Amino acid sequence: MNVEPSVRVEDKLYYNRYLVDVGHPHVKVRAHKTPSPQLLALLKACPARCYELNDDGQVEVAVDGCIECGTCRVIAEPTGDIQWSHPRGGYGILFKFG
Amino acid sequence: MIEERFDAIVVGAGMAGNAAALTMAKRGMKVLQLERGEYPGSKNVQGAILYADMMEKLVPEFREEAPLERHLIEQRFWMMDDRSHVGMHYRSEDFNEERPNRYTIIRAQFDKWFSSKVREAGAIVLCETTVTELARDGRGRIVGVRTDRRDGEIHADVVVLAEGVNGLLGTRAGLRARPTPDNVALAVKEMHFLPRETIEARFNLKGDEGVVIEAVGTISRGMTGMGFIYANKECISLGIGCLVADFQRTGQTPYGLLDHFKRHPSVAPLIAGSEVKEYSAHLIPEGGYKSIPQLYGEGWVVVGDAAQLNNAIHREGSNLAMTSGRIAAEAIGLVKSRGEPMSATNLSVYKKMLDDSFVIKDLRKYKDLPPLMHTQSENFFLTYPQLISKAMQNFVRVDGTPKAEKEQATLKSFVKARSWTGLFGDACRIARAWR
Ligand SMILES: Cc1cc2nc3c(=O)[nH]c(=O)nc-3n(C[C@H](O)[C@H](O)[C@H](O)COP(=O)(O)OP(=O)(O)OC[C@H]3O[C@@H](n4cnc5c(N)ncnc54)[C@H](O)[C@@H]3O)c2cc1C
Ligand code: SF4
Repeated sequence: MNVEPSVRVEDKLYYNRYLVDVGHPHVKVRAHKTPSPQLLALLKACPARCYELNDDGQVEVAVDGCIECGTCRVIAEPTGDIQWSHPRGGYGILFKFG
Repeated sequence: MIEERFDAIVVGAGMAGNAAALTMAKRGMKVLQLERGEYPGSKNVQGAILYADMMEKLVPEFREEAPLERHLIEQRFWMMDDRSHVGMHYRSEDFNEERPNRYTIIRAQFDKWFSSKVREAGAIVLCETTVTELARDGRGRIVGVRTDRRDGEIHADVVVLAEGVNGLLGTRAGLRARPTPDNVALAVKEMHFLPRETIEARFNLKGDEGVVIEAVGTISRGMTGMGFIYANKECISLGIGCLVADFQRTGQTPYGLLDHFKRHPSVAPLIAGSEVKEYSAHLIPEGGYKSIPQLYGEGWVVVGDAAQLNNAIHREGSNLAMTSGRIAAEAIGLVKSRGEPMSATNLSVYKKMLDDSFVIKDLRKYKDLPPLMHTQSENFFLTYPQLISKAMQNFVRVDGTPKAEKEQATLKSFVKARSWTGLFGDACRIARAWR
């Protein structure tokens, strides 16, 4: 058996530069009681781990570390589970290398 | 300045947008280019291999000016299982030529330079400006854009949508469908910094020579995917990408996959002791020919990744983006020079010109490969790499077993894993799709 050492995404995001648009999140999760399979998939599929389960079992998003890849939009916008836009001009991830 | 009317508005300052804006500005057209990043490149991710031929057509003297990393003299393909890789390497002194054919680049730096050429040619480039909506007239024609910088519309005869793979504007306006989980891949990437000499020693390079490694196999854990390791001057770009549908289906995490790839015994020594300076992620269009949307309409054209113009088999994207941007701009120039309106009928010349270029010809050639790879991912990315590794080990390990018995064992392992009909079918399917 291969035992995976756990990967800390927070440590990876620490390398990156962001200009956070405080108070204007560009991704929003629709209020729900129980999350859809699409929403649950985002817990794993988001490369910045922006999606987390809260204590009541609902999916929440925190966009500060978002890399703006669009994966969550492709998975969960069609079902109406999330709303996804670009951040305002100049805000968000700022790649030094890309 | 912005109250005026423009000949063309270009949305996005990536490879496609810069090619389009440059080409139109050089023709003397009044061009406004809008980019949401702080500077061009600040939102863009690529491996990144730059193909010189397509760049030369835009900026012939780019070799003297552009921030290039290494010219490629070697290409390695690796088929990996958990403990080994079987490789095919092609290295040639021919690539140490006066006008090298391929270079590694760093997109954030390259795009900034490319954009400076666009400005020099006379286009107005506004960064930190997100285009929020396309503006239409009473008859539904696209007549301009709205941005988050100011109220009101900015008008132009034609809007060039070079907005990249997510293509939010075009999909919201109903010009094309949103990308689906099975026609885009998610790639994650890290930049590993090492002293120049260390990189040159580890990769067997001298001076500005470069090498790239493309890897498939158990690293993608049965998903349709590929890893890459590209040598830059003082850093190594390392990443892995898989189909979004596969991430969704398997629950694998992108960063878990990346770290697994980095720890592979064939990879770890290459990046040992490096300092990571960035972690990025981006989608790649993978649908191929069959997912190309409508490319033009009343007052608009779409170019580059937004139009799914990406050759996943050859890992070419930026060159298709540049070429489609340039061709769209030439088509627009043609319509304008005739004094005709930017109607769908007139802009259809863009598609005709693109159909005649390598862009559509190459994508059409491989039109059946993406669906094949996507539905048979377990076989192509898990079973075969393991079998081939076993076969190689059988071949090279000297242990007193007669060679004939070894060959029998290898053959049996293939038949057991895929059956004769399975092997035959896979071979036929690949051959047919490749043709
Ligand atoms: C990991 C990875 C490795 C790759 N490796 C290679 C490689 O080695 N060689 C190769 O040729 N290709 C490669 N590609 C593909 C290549 O990066 C793309 O094909 C290419 O960047 C597409 O260019 P584009 O101009 O269409 O899109 P992009 O380069 O993505 O540019 C789109 C631009 O539009 C801007 N934009 C989007 N929406 C708006 C808006 N609403 N308002 C204002 N601005 C907006 C964005 O900020 C961005 O600057 C790779 C891709 C990835 C992800
Ligand atoms: S865009 Fe990408 S990084 Fe941002 S929240 Fe969605 S999946 Fe995560």
